[in-house]
Amino acid sequence: MGIIYFDNSATTKPHREVIDEVAECMENHFANPSSAHRLGLDAEKKVKVARERVARLIGSSPEHIIFTSGGSEANNTAIRGVVSPGDHIITSKIEHPSVMKTMQFLEKEGCEVSYIGVDSRGIINMEELKGAIKENTKLVSIMHVNNETGTIQPIYDIVKAVKEKNKRAKIHTDCVQSAGKIKIDVEKLGIDMASLSAHKIHGPKGVGALYIRENQALRPLIYGGGQEMDLRSGTENVPGISGFGLAAKMISDDMEGKIKHVNEVKSHFIDRISEIDGAVVNSPADDFHLGNILNISFLGVKGEVLLHALEDYDIFVSTGSACSARRAHKNYVLPAIGLKPCYVESAVRFSFSYLNTIDEVDYTIEKLKTILSFLRRIKK
Amino acid sequence: MGKIVYMDNSATTPTKSEVLEEMKPYFTEKYGNPSSIYSLARETKAAIEKSREKVAKVLGANPDEIYFTAGGSESDNWTLKGIAYANQNKGNHIITTKIEHHAVLHACEYLEKHGFEVTYLPVDEYGLINLDDFKKAITDKTILVSVMFANNEIGTIEPIAEVGKICKDKGIYFHTDAVQAVGNVPINVKKMNIDLLSLSAHKFYGPKGVGALYIKKGVKINPLIHGGGQEGGRRAGTENVPGIVGLGKAIELAGESMDSHIERLTKLRDKLIGGIMKIPYSKLNGHPVKRLPGNVNVCFRFIEGESMLLLLDGMGVCGSSGSACSSGSLDPSHVLLAIGLPPEIAHGSLRLTLGDFTTEEDVDYVLGLLPKFVKRLRDMSPLYEEFIKKGEESCTAKK
Repeated sequence: MGIIYFDNSATTKPHREVIDEVAECMENHFANPSSAHRLGLDAEKKVKVARERVARLIGSSPEHIIFTSGGSEANNTAIRGVVSPGDHIITSKIEHPSVMKTMQFLEKEGCEVSYIGVDSRGIINMEELKGAIKENTKLVSIMHVNNETGTIQPIYDIVKAVKEKNKRAKIHTDCVQSAGKIKIDVEKLGIDMASLSAHKIHGPKGVGALYIRENQALRPLIYGGGQEMDLRSGTENVPGISGFGLAAKMISDDMEGKIKHVNEVKSHFIDRISEIDGAVVNSPADDFHLGNILNISFLGVKGEVLLHALEDYDIFVSTGSACSARRAHKNYVLPAIGLKPCYVESAVRFSFSYLNTIDEVDYTIEKLKTILSFLRRIKK
Repeated sequence: MGKIVYMDNSATTPTKSEVLEEMKPYFTEKYGNPSSIYSLARETKAAIEKSREKVAKVLGANPDEIYFTAGGSESDNWTLKGIAYANQNKGNHIITTKIEHHAVLHACEYLEKHGFEVTYLPVDEYGLINLDDFKKAITDKTILVSVMFANNEIGTIEPIAEVGKICKDKGIYFHTDAVQAVGNVPINVKKMNIDLLSLSAHKFYGPKGVGALYIKKGVKINPLIHGGGQEGGRRAGTENVPGIVGLGKAIELAGESMDSHIERLTKLRDKLIGGIMKIPYSKLNGHPVKRLPGNVNVCFRFIEGESMLLLLDGMGVCGSSGSACSSGSLDPSHVLLAIGLPPEIAHGSLRLTLGDFTTEEDVDYVLGLLPKFVKRLRDMSPLYEEFIKKGEESCTAKK
C-alpha cells in the first residue's frame, strides 16, 4: 500500500509543486530582496506574491502579514511583542507549548497569567473566561484548533466576550492547525493577531507568518535590518516564503471540496473504529471538531506501543503532539479535557490531510484489528 | 536577462547545486517531523545531528554546542537578549562596536531601553577596534562583549582572538557575529576563546532561512523562542530539516575548500581594487590586508553610490552601496561614518563582493565599465566641476 501518513498535524508532506517552487527560487531567484539591483527586485517580487497568497488564505490583506521562521516564532513574537511586566494575560490550559512556555517565561518576568479551563470537548469555559478579564488584561491568546484533539474554539464568541469587557485587550489566535483546514476570515473574527505555519499545509518547514491588524502595536522579537515592515528582521527566506505562498494558494483552491473529503475520511474512520473493542474517540463528535484530527484511546494498550506496531505496516501516527512526543508523560491537553490516565496513556492521534483516502482508512483499520488482538492476547 | 555579473555575495550567495541536491530528499521522502518517534522522523533527526557535527567541525566546537536558528539576525538577537536577561544578576553592561550589523545594534538599543548600559567602541580609519579602548571600557558590571568577526560593508577583520583572550581573563562572555566570516576566514572557537558565535547559511552558498548559534557549554542564556523542547530545549519550533541539511552541506564544502577559496578570491579582489585605484579620486574603504577575501568597498568622490549602482545594473552588474539591509535607506552607512568618512563621501561608496562563482572575466568586465561610468557621472556633477576649478585636496587627503 506504500506509506500511509496519518500524522499531518505534526507536519505534512510538501507538494511536488511547492518543492519545485522552492528549488526554482534557490536556483534562479536567489538574491537578497533588500538589494537594490535587478536580482534583488526579482526576489522581492516572489515575496510580494507569496504575501498576497497567504493573506488571502485568512481573509486579510498583504500589509498585515509578516513572515517568520514558523508557528513557534509567530506565537512568541505575538505574545511577547505586546505585553510588559505587570500586564495581565489570559490563555487556555490546552495551548501549544510555544504559547505555554512563553506564558511561563512571562510569569517569571512579572506578568500575571490566567489559564482558562476547558470542558470535556476541549472548549473554553466562557464563564471562566469572562470572569478572568480585568482592566489590565493586555492580551488574550486562545488557539483556534487544538493540535491534539482537533477541537475548534468559538473564536468569534471569545472575541466578543473579551472586547465587551475590555476593548483595549489584544486577541491573538494560534491558527497553525486551522489555517487551510477551515475557512478563516480574520476580519470577521475580529482578532488582532494570528499565527500560521507553512509545513502544516504541505508547504516547506522553517517558514510561517504572523497576521497583525495594527502593525504599530507590536514590539519585534528579532531586531536588525528592518525587513518585514520593521517587525521581523533577517534576510527573507525567499524560497521558503514563496513555497509557503504556493502551498497557501493550493490549499485555498476548492477548500470546500478538500474539507468535505477530509470529513468523509474522518467519518469513515469513526464508523469503522466502532468495529474495534475498547476504542474510544476522545475528539468531540460535533461541529466543534476539525475533520483533520482524530484522537482515539485504545484501552489496555500503550499508545506508543501501538504507534510502533503500526509503523511496521508503514502507517504513521502520533501520540500527543510531535513537539512533546519525545518527552513522555508530559501531556497536559488530554488531562485538561478530563481524560483519566488510562485514556491518556492509550491515546493515539490520527491526523489527516486531503491527500489521504478511504482505502487507507480501511487498510489501517484491518491492521489495527490484527495488532490489537495480538497485543491484547499477550497481555492476558 | 542578458549578462549578469553578481558581485553582491555579502548580501547573499547563490545556493550551490550540491547543497540543493542534498536538501531535496528532505522535502520529498524524508519529510517527517524530527520530534515524532517513528522511523520516518528518526531519519530526519539523524540528518540534523549530522549537520550539527559538520558545523562543529568547521568551527572547532563540540556538536552539542551548536544550535540551529532561522538565521544570523535571530542568532544575534538571541545572544544579546538571552545573555543580558540570564545574567542581569551579575551586571548590566554590554560592550559592542559602532560598526556592528543592525541585528546587534538594534538589539542593543532595545536593551538600553530596558535598563542595560551599552558601550559602543569606536574604530579607526580602517574599521579596526582599539584593544586599549576595549580594555578601558570593561567594568565590573560588564556581562557581554559582542564584536563582529568581519564587517559586512568594508570587510575589515577584527582582532577576534585578542578580544577573546581578554574576555576569558576577565570572565566575560564573548560573542562574535561571524555571519560574514564563516567560510571566508579560518575560525576556531576554542583557540579564539569565543563563547557565542552567529552564522547564517545563505552567506556561504547555503539556503536562506537557516543559521546557527554556537553556545559554549556552560554559558547561561535564556531562550529567545520558547515552546516544544527542540534544540535541547533552547530553541523551539519544528526544525527546518531541509534548511539544516543544506547548511551542513554548505559549511562542509566551505570547510573543505577554504584555503583555495581564500587564495582565489584574494587574488581577484586585489586585481579589482588595483584597477579601481587607478581611477582618480577613488579611495578604498577598510583595511588593505585584514580584509574579507571577496570584499571591495570603494568611494568615488563627487558620485552618488546609487547612480553608480543604477548604471552598473544596466550592464548586468549587481553590486551594492552599503549593506543590502540598509540599501533601501538614504542615510549614509553607519560603518562609513564610523571610519571617519564625511557624509557626502560616504554616499559615494560602492560595495562589490566577490564569490565562488565570480570569474576573472567578471572582474575585467567591471574594470572596463567603471572608469567610463565614473567619468560620465562626474561630468554631470557640479561639485566636480567646482573641484577641478579650485583644485581642492583629494578624497584620501583626510588622513
